[in-house]
Amino acid sequence: MDMQKYALGPLPNDGLSAEDRDLFSDARPVPYEPYPVAVVEKFVNWVRANSLWLLAFGTGCGAIELNPLMTARFDAYRMGVQMRPTPRQSSVFIIGGYASVKTLKRIIRSYEQMQGPKFVVCLGICPINGGMYWDSYNTLNKFDEYLPVDLYITGCMPRPEVLMAGVLELKKKIKEGRADGANRYIENFEWYKANQKRVIKDWNMPDYNW
Amino acid sequence: MFEPNPPIDLSSGKYLKLWQGPQHPGITGNMSLELITRGDEVVDCKTHVGYLHRGFEKLMERRTFIQNFPVVCRIAVPEPTFNEYLYAAVVEELTGIESPPRAEWIRTLNLELMRLASYLMWLGGIGAAFGQSTVYQWTVTHRDYILDLFEEMTGARIYHMYIVPGGVRGRLPEGFEDRCRDVLNRVEKLLHDVEKVLFNNVVFKTRTKGLGHIPKEMVDPYGITGPNQRAAGFSRDLRKDAPYLVYDQLEFDLITATESDTYARSWVRYLEMHEGIRMLRQCLDRMPQDGPFQAKMPNVLHWEVPAGETYIKAECTRGEYGYYMVTDGSEYLRRVHVRGPSYTHAIALMEKLAVGTNIADIAGLMVSLHTYPPEIER
Amino acid sequence: MANAIQLLADFGRNFTLSDIREQRVDLAFCKAPKEQAVRLIRELRDDAGYTHLVFLTNTDYIEQGIFTLTYMLHNYDARHTLGVHVDLDRNAAEMESIHNLWAQAATYQRELREMYGIRFPGSPRLDEDFCLEGWDQIPPMLKEFDTAAFSLERFHSREGRGSVDPSEHMKTLLYPTHSDEPSSGGS
Repeated sequence: MDMQKYALGPLPNDGLSAEDRDLFSDARPVPYEPYPVAVVEKFVNWVRANSLWLLAFGTGCGAIELNPLMTARFDAYRMGVQMRPTPRQSSVFIIGGYASVKTLKRIIRSYEQMQGPKFVVCLGICPINGGMYWDSYNTLNKFDEYLPVDLYITGCMPRPEVLMAGVLELKKKIKEGRADGANRYIENFEWYKANQKRVIKDWNMPDYNW
Repeated sequence: MFEPNPPIDLSSGKYLKLWQGPQHPGITGNMSLELITRGDEVVDCKTHVGYLHRGFEKLMERRTFIQNFPVVCRIAVPEPTFNEYLYAAVVEELTGIESPPRAEWIRTLNLELMRLASYLMWLGGIGAAFGQSTVYQWTVTHRDYILDLFEEMTGARIYHMYIVPGGVRGRLPEGFEDRCRDVLNRVEKLLHDVEKVLFNNVVFKTRTKGLGHIPKEMVDPYGITGPNQRAAGFSRDLRKDAPYLVYDQLEFDLITATESDTYARSWVRYLEMHEGIRMLRQCLDRMPQDGPFQAKMPNVLHWEVPAGETYIKAECTRGEYGYYMVTDGSEYLRRVHVRGPSYTHAIALMEKLAVGTNIADIAGLMVSLHTYPPEIER
Repeated sequence: MANAIQLLADFGRNFTLSDIREQRVDLAFCKAPKEQAVRLIRELRDDAGYTHLVFLTNTDYIEQGIFTLTYMLHNYDARHTLGVHVDLDRNAAEMESIHNLWAQAATYQRELREMYGIRFPGSPRLDEDFCLEGWDQIPPMLKEFDTAAFSLERFHSREGRGSVDPSEHMKTLLYPTHSDEPSSGGS
């Protein structure tokens, strides 16, 4: 891996005030490097795929179908999926439908606090192209400009069965080593940050929320 | 009465600022509470909303009247049909269209099923907030059976887009009544179980009795409606006071309580679920089996609604839900305002009630007011 | 309620009410001048039983250069709703605050401040963000704010999204165009 590319120095943290700047880390994130032995990496991916912990953050209306998904009727626990209350413990971020600008700020913060390996799944049509709110002044149209997306589940609303199919698809992607959104985020860090700051006008958080 | 909570000097070191939400399991939907605590006692609370703001009122101004009908149901996510009904009713009143009696019955059935589903979701929420996750598992599963009925009736689980201006989109499927009765029996059986597990539970009782007391004289100045108001001893319900659809032909009782705390509000909603089941059974028994389900409509692609303004309201699970619309005779509406009951419950009321409670009870208090953020910010 | 008009006539002795209109038996509208509106609303609340503020909202009449505030009041005993309209100058929109009459009024005024830029001096937390955060444009609910253009410019739409004119689309569906050449006859 070309580390030269990432040796751009510490993050500026421009949005923070001078006294706050000391409180936050300005280190740059580093991409994940796979194990040199392919078999080990494959095994690790298999392990990762079978323990997907969702972040319990209902960012939009898609969260309404997560209740049936996680309870007795559809019971996603049997697929190794469970809800976690904090980003530090979770590995899958479900963007439940449209994201408003105000929520995007919290999404970025939560996403960056998640520890790798981490994956982003978008529910519904709205994160893809704005859906019904394509002309709204407060919702994003293309979510993948702001955070890397590993899987889209389309529909409005996506049914719990589709969510389950999506979980299986995500597992397949992880096992094949194709769910590399977190790495794409770090490799194109400047581009993502520029996009995020273009829509979030009052940027008052560190550039990377460790 | 409306004095803001006294200012607090955070730099004194006695207080701690704590954010509950938006990324927090103990919050209803996507909103946040900014709590200031002393020990584990809350001394100040500010509600922050807007995380779900989509600008519906603006979007509806630039869509034609028929294009608006699939949009409105998305305003309140867990309870979309009230939006559909109110939008249809507003447009019908402004255009003078009358929906046929059969459609009125189907609409009532649809709304009451939605109410039951929404209350089941809420019942799970209040159970989970006080450590009874079993109830949550049960009720969300049973709500799903109702969603199955919706799917059969309308083709969709959540956003039905079923009640159109002028009537409903289709007739009931064959054999629907029997399957609906079957689900109602199952829900009724579940409710008796929930009564044993939740309402007779000593932990639940101890924690909820006296929590979040709303004095009677606070109800009108704070604009409190719905079960929150009825639990404070007011027998006001739009289904009785200003009957719409076929509610004047249905028999049901108004449930009130006097304690006005979290337990009383929960109990009122619990009994209202039984009343809802009673109403649904009457609907199924007495619904006309033939006749049109849609009024004769003009060409909706060039639908010009005469200039006017009106306000129509309905009793949803949380209180008075209303649509205020101004039209100017063109193909587009001039202004629409959606009055969601959570608007006042989650902001002005919550900020008042939270003061003096324990941090651990904030989630339960929030659920007991039954607020849905999407209808606040729209 | 027949005596709603009577009630407004009684109030008309002390206030200059205009545009009194009965929409339904349980719903009426009237218009009051800006200076008298809050006094009228207070008297309606205290003396006439309109104790419930249903909502407070605003309509933008850009052609006439005015905002029309609507205070919707409800009387539980008479089961009657009354909408009080107040016209404001669009360029200097300012209105007396009613946050000391109803608790939720402060929230409505905060929303109107953000969405239309109407000022309500004295209302608590008026200038705090309500729904928007870091908003750098004119208030979004104003008629001159073009939300679609703004969305395309700031949020970039994805290619492949099309739209059809509904009437043209239905025409082609219902009446497929015939080719100009006469059908080749015979079978």
